[in-house]
Amino acid sequence: MNDDLNEIFQELNIKNVDELFSDIPEQIRTSSLGLQNGMGEDEIRRIAAQYASMNRTVNQLHSFLGFGIYNHFVPAAVANILNRNEFITSYTPYQAETSQGIMQALFEYQSLLSELLQMDAVNSSMYDASTALGEAARMVVNITGKDEFLIPQFMHHYKRAVIENYARGAGIRLKVVKFDQNGMIDLNDLKASITERTSGVYVEYPNMFGIIDTNVPKVRNIIGDERMLVIGVNPISLGVLAPPGKFDADIAIGEGQVLGLGLNFGGPLLGVFGAKEKYIRKMPGKLMGITKDHNGRMAFAMILQTREQHIRREKAITNMTSNQALMAVGSAVYLSLLGDSGLRKIGEINMGRTKELMDMVEEFGISIPYSKSPVFNEFLIRINASKSFINRITKKLNLVPGYILGKEYGFFDRNQVNMVVNVTERTTDEDFNAFREFLSEVA
Amino acid sequence: MYHQAVFDEPIILDVKGKRTLKLPHENDDLKVSVPPVMKRERTNLGDREEFEVIRHFVRLSEMNFGVDLGFYPLGSCTMKYNPKINDEIASLDGFRFIHPLQDEQDVQGALKLLYELSEMLKKITGMAEITLQPLAGAEGEFTGLSIVSAYFKCLGELDKRREVVVPDSAHGSNPASSHMAGFEVVEIPSNPDGTVNLEKFKEAVTERTAAFMITNPNTLGIFEDKIVEMANYAHSKGALLYYDGANLNGIMTKTTPAKMGFDIVHLNLHKTFSTPHGGGGPGAGPVGVVEKLKDFLPYPIVTHDGKYHNSYIPPKTIGKVASFYGNFAVLVRAWTYIKMMGEEGLREACETAVLNSNYMRSQMEKFMTVPGKKIKKHEFVASSVGPGMPKAGDIAKHLIDNGVHAPTIYFPLIVPEALMIEPTESATKEEMDRFVEIVKEATKLPPESFEKEPVNLKVTRIDDVDASKNPRPTYKVMKEQLAMQQQSF
Repeated sequence: MNDDLNEIFQELNIKNVDELFSDIPEQIRTSSLGLQNGMGEDEIRRIAAQYASMNRTVNQLHSFLGFGIYNHFVPAAVANILNRNEFITSYTPYQAETSQGIMQALFEYQSLLSELLQMDAVNSSMYDASTALGEAARMVVNITGKDEFLIPQFMHHYKRAVIENYARGAGIRLKVVKFDQNGMIDLNDLKASITERTSGVYVEYPNMFGIIDTNVPKVRNIIGDERMLVIGVNPISLGVLAPPGKFDADIAIGEGQVLGLGLNFGGPLLGVFGAKEKYIRKMPGKLMGITKDHNGRMAFAMILQTREQHIRREKAITNMTSNQALMAVGSAVYLSLLGDSGLRKIGEINMGRTKELMDMVEEFGISIPYSKSPVFNEFLIRINASKSFINRITKKLNLVPGYILGKEYGFFDRNQVNMVVNVTERTTDEDFNAFREFLSEVA
Repeated sequence: MYHQAVFDEPIILDVKGKRTLKLPHENDDLKVSVPPVMKRERTNLGDREEFEVIRHFVRLSEMNFGVDLGFYPLGSCTMKYNPKINDEIASLDGFRFIHPLQDEQDVQGALKLLYELSEMLKKITGMAEITLQPLAGAEGEFTGLSIVSAYFKCLGELDKRREVVVPDSAHGSNPASSHMAGFEVVEIPSNPDGTVNLEKFKEAVTERTAAFMITNPNTLGIFEDKIVEMANYAHSKGALLYYDGANLNGIMTKTTPAKMGFDIVHLNLHKTFSTPHGGGGPGAGPVGVVEKLKDFLPYPIVTHDGKYHNSYIPPKTIGKVASFYGNFAVLVRAWTYIKMMGEEGLREACETAVLNSNYMRSQMEKFMTVPGKKIKKHEFVASSVGPGMPKAGDIAKHLIDNGVHAPTIYFPLIVPEALMIEPTESATKEEMDRFVEIVKEATKLPPESFEKEPVNLKVTRIDDVDASKNPRPTYKVMKEQLAMQQQSF
């Protein structure tokens, strides 16, 4: 026993550390949990490397898989800042004066996203787009006092599953609005779906099929000012696509993973959440604000904390405590690096390369069901073949051609494959060649 | 003497220059046509060089305190050291560059890791099954309480079981999560020592109770030794018992939530299992349940039959609480930690954390009230009351001014001028002694001397009233307000 430990034992007047656990009744003590022995750093490094090698990465495949989570370029500078010890090993900045660094970084995230979305306020992060949508529905129902919330017929199944869970707890009735023949929100069905109890509606662009839904700008007129409009966007598209603020969104949400955060098997992600200024006190999530210290220096503080659980307890707007702060910082670094010109450029590359692949698909006479509708970086294709036939070909080509829509989306035909295909700036010419071979075999 | 780095760093939007980062296909000649109504011409993000961006954010990071800079005894947050190997492993290409919708045969390594982590957490908690999906502790609570709701709905009892009982010393997220899952909250007053008042407990727990929610050790660091009696009583009324795992570090390997009689457990991997908290997140809040609740867990659950599968949907599942498998990169770090520690390592971590906490308690109680019985677990609460004693908030500022992070203050709400101190196992005796000395020094300072503190940090005290009265959540709002003020002069 070293001297320090000796002194601690003497101070506590104990001989054995077990004495400090004497308050745990005998009957509930455990002698062994049956966990394995520990191991050294180099040993775990070897084991982990072996596990990692059992995965086939998107770099080892020709991957056209997107569907809400995208294989975008991650600049080295983003990873570098995310590994800064001072950021990564800090807790939520409850002591503002010693945490100004991360608070300014989060304030910058809020400011950058606010510009991008053209929304007055953006919180300092939600967990992911799915939970951001769940919280948006709760917020809309709280503000309007009405209990119905409209969602689109086609949206990512995982997003749907999460909002259903949030809705159940809050007693919200979800109602589905159909899509029209262009793969966009059906405005007539929207009109018909609205009742006295309708609190608001969720629409998105690009939507699940990658379509830039040109009906979204008309939604406000249909629902009126007394109902709230929640718009979902892909933040990386907003260098070339109009921001949700332009279409009078009350709340805008999105998946921030695209902003330089990588895939990571789907987590951590970044829930983007913005709202109009008049709703700022009803908004979930932590907010950084700019102010001054007592000497008049620029300073940052967590603002409107009276909305939060540690003060309001069961009356809090949300139970959220931890969020995805570090991911928000990462996306602030990303947006700073790309800037206005880079964001526009990356939008053009995604759209332009996607168009090239669509042209290729059409050359082979493969059906693109909504071929007249504009898309961002994803599109639906329909192949008259069985899934197992497709799988045999793709395996041979080392290709993941997209996300196959199943019965959860109402696609039951066993001799037809409906697939959402994604292209990003990381999609290479070799990937295109593999896709061409695929098309030639299924055409 | 401690001095934090100080830079007069502008807001990044005011750093302007030329973009140096090149994108893939940057120079391709591409045709793009956006429908006019959906078209955007420009943003106000501005352009700048990569080296300017790096300098900016590195400078910001230097104005931020973290575990890697010094002692961080923030109560209830378990700010233990985050081993660097965790980060290295999470950044392996084989983990970073995989897509959550890839075919299961292409992600066997990731599924194996998730499966093993679940198995290890089952052993640590004694629960029958685990979901790794919840993205933070509070989301774990929401998940657990959604399971409570689904369970009673299935039994046909949900209409009468509308209440969740929590002690008034509970974390604020407990009542907030209960409300989100659709329950009413019944708060019961604690004994003066912070433990559950058994009489009040028995009055509150009835046939209307869906769940009793508690953390043990409680927020005063005291082990609730009547826990088995409480569990039996709650079960006799048909209620479920929920374990808030925020304080698991104080009992890890010594007992399990299952042994104490709990039915549902959430863990905070960013506390007990050493994953970095990233200035607020990402965390991870896995939830474990006993046998009879297994069928209600979120889907998918990773299963194993020689190969690993991601398609199992529990028959009565509540659905999903996150888009995919949870915060995977956080889960990788926790897996690394538990594998390296092994059972002996976890036991030693718990014992050292409890030893450190009791040592600090023993030093602190020489000059400050420490409510509750003597033996504490991983943390304790000191109460800065009595003639001439400084406010908890002032002590906190004195501490951060001396390069030590402050404890959690003004929590739990039942202790006046509370300082909630959790040294964790990652503290030397020298650091703990220094902390005590700084607090002792604060008790001898005249009250007005605190007004000027802190002086060694980027800023001194912040005008919180102004910050919330005139909320400026973006740089644009700030500039607009400034412009308006200048006009009126």
